[in-house]
Amino acid sequence: MDFPSGLSYSKTHEWIQDIGGGAARIGITDYAQNELGDIVFVNLPETGDEASKGERIADVESVKAVSDIISPLSGVVKAVNKDVADNPESMNADPYGAWLIEISDISDHEELLSAEDYRAFCEEEG
Amino acid sequence: MAYYVPSTEAEQKEMLARVGVSSFDDLFAAIPDSLRIKGLDMPEGLSEFEVRGKIEGIARKNVAFKSIFRGAGAYNHYIPALVKQIVSKEEFVTAYTPYQAEISQGVLQSIFEFQTMMCELTGLDVSNASVYDGAAAAAESVGMCRDRKRSVVFVSESVNPAVLDTIKTYCYAANAEVSVVPLKNGVTDADAAASVMDESAACLYVQQPNFYGLIEDAGKLGEIAHSCGARFVMGVNPVASAILKTPAECGADIACGDAQPFGMPMAFGGPYLGFMTASGEMARKLPGRIVGQTKDIDGKRAFVLTLQAREQHIRREKASSNICSNQALCALTASVYLTVLGPDGLRGAAERCASKARYAARRISAIKGFELLYPGEFFHEFVTACPCDASVVEKRLAGRDILGGLPVSGGILWCVTEMNTKEQIDELAGILEEVSR
Amino acid sequence: MKLSFEKSRDGRSFPILPPLDVPREDLPEGLLRKSPPRLPQMAQPDISRHYTELAKRTHGVNDGFYPLGSCTMKYNPKLNDEMAALPGFTGIHPLQPPETAQGCLEVLFAAERLLCLITGMDAMTFQPAAGAHGEFTGVLLIKAWHDARGDKKRAKIIVPDSAHGTNPATASMTGYQVVNVPSDSEGGVDMAALREAVGDDTAGLMLTNPNTLGIFDKNILEITRVVHEAGGLNYYDGANLNAVMGIARPGDMGFDVVHLNLHKTFSTPHGGGGPGSGAVGCKARLEPFLPKPRVVRCKDGFAFSDPERSVGSVKAFYGNFLVTLRALVYMLTLGADGLRDAAQNAVLNANYMMKGLSDVYDVAYPGICMHEFVLTLEKLKKERGVSAMDVAKSMLDYGMHPPTMYFPLIVKEALMIEPTETESRETLDQAIAVLREIRARADSDPGSLHDAPLNTPVRRLDEVGAARHPVLKYNFDGVSD
Repeated sequence: MDFPSGLSYSKTHEWIQDIGGGAARIGITDYAQNELGDIVFVNLPETGDEASKGERIADVESVKAVSDIISPLSGVVKAVNKDVADNPESMNADPYGAWLIEISDISDHEELLSAEDYRAFCEEEG
Repeated sequence: MAYYVPSTEAEQKEMLARVGVSSFDDLFAAIPDSLRIKGLDMPEGLSEFEVRGKIEGIARKNVAFKSIFRGAGAYNHYIPALVKQIVSKEEFVTAYTPYQAEISQGVLQSIFEFQTMMCELTGLDVSNASVYDGAAAAAESVGMCRDRKRSVVFVSESVNPAVLDTIKTYCYAANAEVSVVPLKNGVTDADAAASVMDESAACLYVQQPNFYGLIEDAGKLGEIAHSCGARFVMGVNPVASAILKTPAECGADIACGDAQPFGMPMAFGGPYLGFMTASGEMARKLPGRIVGQTKDIDGKRAFVLTLQAREQHIRREKASSNICSNQALCALTASVYLTVLGPDGLRGAAERCASKARYAARRISAIKGFELLYPGEFFHEFVTACPCDASVVEKRLAGRDILGGLPVSGGILWCVTEMNTKEQIDELAGILEEVSR
Repeated sequence: MKLSFEKSRDGRSFPILPPLDVPREDLPEGLLRKSPPRLPQMAQPDISRHYTELAKRTHGVNDGFYPLGSCTMKYNPKLNDEMAALPGFTGIHPLQPPETAQGCLEVLFAAERLLCLITGMDAMTFQPAAGAHGEFTGVLLIKAWHDARGDKKRAKIIVPDSAHGTNPATASMTGYQVVNVPSDSEGGVDMAALREAVGDDTAGLMLTNPNTLGIFDKNILEITRVVHEAGGLNYYDGANLNAVMGIARPGDMGFDVVHLNLHKTFSTPHGGGGPGSGAVGCKARLEPFLPKPRVVRCKDGFAFSDPERSVGSVKAFYGNFLVTLRALVYMLTLGADGLRDAAQNAVLNANYMMKGLSDVYDVAYPGICMHEFVLTLEKLKKERGVSAMDVAKSMLDYGMHPPTMYFPLIVKEALMIEPTETESRETLDQAIAVLREIRARADSDPGSLHDAPLNTPVRRLDEVGAARHPVLKYNFDGVSD
């Protein structure tokens, strides 16, 4: 299981990468993709949509399940990753490369964990 | 008498003992005594011989007319022998939804072929495996277009009243608004549509040909819908689709309709076959079953129910529709029908409808009092005036074993298909002449 | 095998219709499509073989045992189909003057009367085309009832967690919030949780009874009373009515509205997924809201009438008429005692199978079951690595349709078995023997179960690939194998 340092993590298994200028990218963690199994589809928001921390912003489907992605940040959706939408398997193969949503104008965030703390959190859960 | 129960009374006793109870009553111990009924207050069972006699007697109370000039959502078309035989095969009739793909390739492939044919017919990218009927398909289609920002469904007044009513019911359920776009000369008033539709519009729903048989300027209506950011949904007659501009050519995002004309009898209203096709971009919003192509572990091509995470059994309260079944046997019927007719046969059927309807319209409208009500081009239905109460004409024709056109406001809605011979049309015109005198 | 499109050869066609007997008149060019639809061009003998080949790759009730839980895959009597093919029914236009369709109206009237007797309801509509469609209609009646009373605060529908997936989807499609109520340790509704959940915002409760665990809720009267006292209405999902017809009636249990699956309980065929019928019955107070039109008796026979506060239509016309007709034929054939016998034997067969398996498989809720029971293979999966899927797929090699898998969701590694009353003791014994043999193989050779099925037309499918990159129609331009 991979927990790259330099990223922040939420307890609902999203990773957050600060890209400067009050913006960040989010995706799902290695732990999350492993739990979900083969991901077949991601349902992304539209650019311009509002993101509210702690609320559903997207969902991912496996063959027989659907799971919400919870936004760790409040702000505005600045971009979504169309490549991942076309190749959902990239979330399984490269979860930290497959960013999903870029959020700007960040006004608030959930409690975020460091890589070390998130690793410990996952070990507790698992 | 336990009619279809194989076990004998002796076997039942042994089985009860094996289960560890002494009577059937013990099996139902969980049901409170106060709820157990002594018996049903209805007749005892009958033999097959008696039931057949009874049901045949009931059927004889119906009048199956010799010639039929009525459509309005249910159409009298020829059903080839091959269609009836194939769709009676017990495997197709008695199977359930193809959950176990390994032993359901027949049903799955037939649906995949059906989906392909519906896409060919409408020119759109994806089709579902079918829904209940054309009216339900229309209601589900406009449901695909609604979201929080765009909640108002615009429907042309020229659609079949049963379709409009069904759309209204579904929208009432979803707390969504329906707004009706008025008519001009029997077709959708494009100027009115342009002036009433705004950024609250989810879609514009138009029927082609419309309820009065007239051909709508769908391309223009599509542009109006799109210019305010709404979707354009077309309800189409599938036979007319064989020759008319496709919904895709008219700019439709979704096309739907009832494929009853493809091999299903009128059968007093059902079972019929709702179909839905959409642009690729809207594929994930399609409700109901969808069959996709894949491979088995040996690499062999195979078919399977797919995109299931859209559906109610997985999304539960987050699903946009609760539909689970399709009308698989009816979809099979339509596929077989289209395979038997082929492209030439289908075009031939459609052209016969159009030519015969024109001949009939000319004959009927030449009679005083039965003039055509609208000037526009039509496919196989048209409205004429009626010089007297339309029910008088209806009765007069019924007396000659003819089901006349449907009385509608302002006159009579006639329908002519390949089933109506020249002789039948001439006979009809002759009787109308008598009425006119 | 090849698709019809791959068997197509240009120019293969044959006349079905006679030559045109009126002058040919074409529509103006500007209204016409650019190119014809690419439909298959095949000869009649090849079409016949194509579909026979497809039929052989389809497992129906006529092919073998089909214990698909909650689907009631009973024998579909052939008399039903013959009666539904009578030209006196198939040739009737739905908008014919009612006086020329008295037979059809009589069918609807008679079927309504009998089904009202069976369910303890006062009125019924046949317009809904399937169970889910019936649920939608039934919940709409509840909504219309509250709306008519001006009671706008009722925004929630209570759904137990053992419900069919359609129940919560139905409630939200009807504009309601869903409140899930858990099951108690015996598989019934948790009464404390239910009491907690109801209030003046409760529109109603949707309950499947017997539920998806095959259990008749012993607190049924208390459940419906709690909801009524809160001002809500009770909805009975009758998908599992086969267990109790002629034994007990939803109308006596405190339910206001019920849907029936005529294609389950009343023996009409499933057709590979439809057409079915989701008839909806209701108590007198909901009758004014039923979909329009309804059939009523008049002095010369039968007539149509629109209920005064109808919710409208949920589809065109009067539902799947030929399906309603088949159900009527079934009811006339069985009669009062026959229906009761069917229910009794459905429950007996389920218990007989459960008994035959309970020493080698874990039963989720042991005890007497109703028409179906649920096995849980959680332990087997942990200990032998054999899942519910593996057992189900192994059954295919024995020529049997597997039970419903992974449902209900509240049971892990679930197999839900419903044999129905139309299976003989020998068939049940054989199915028990097969499931026992598979269980023994789970100990001796679990690997062989992972590989199953071996003898089916295709083997396990790549469902992930199908969903990731959907191919939903034939590609005319591409290469296809």
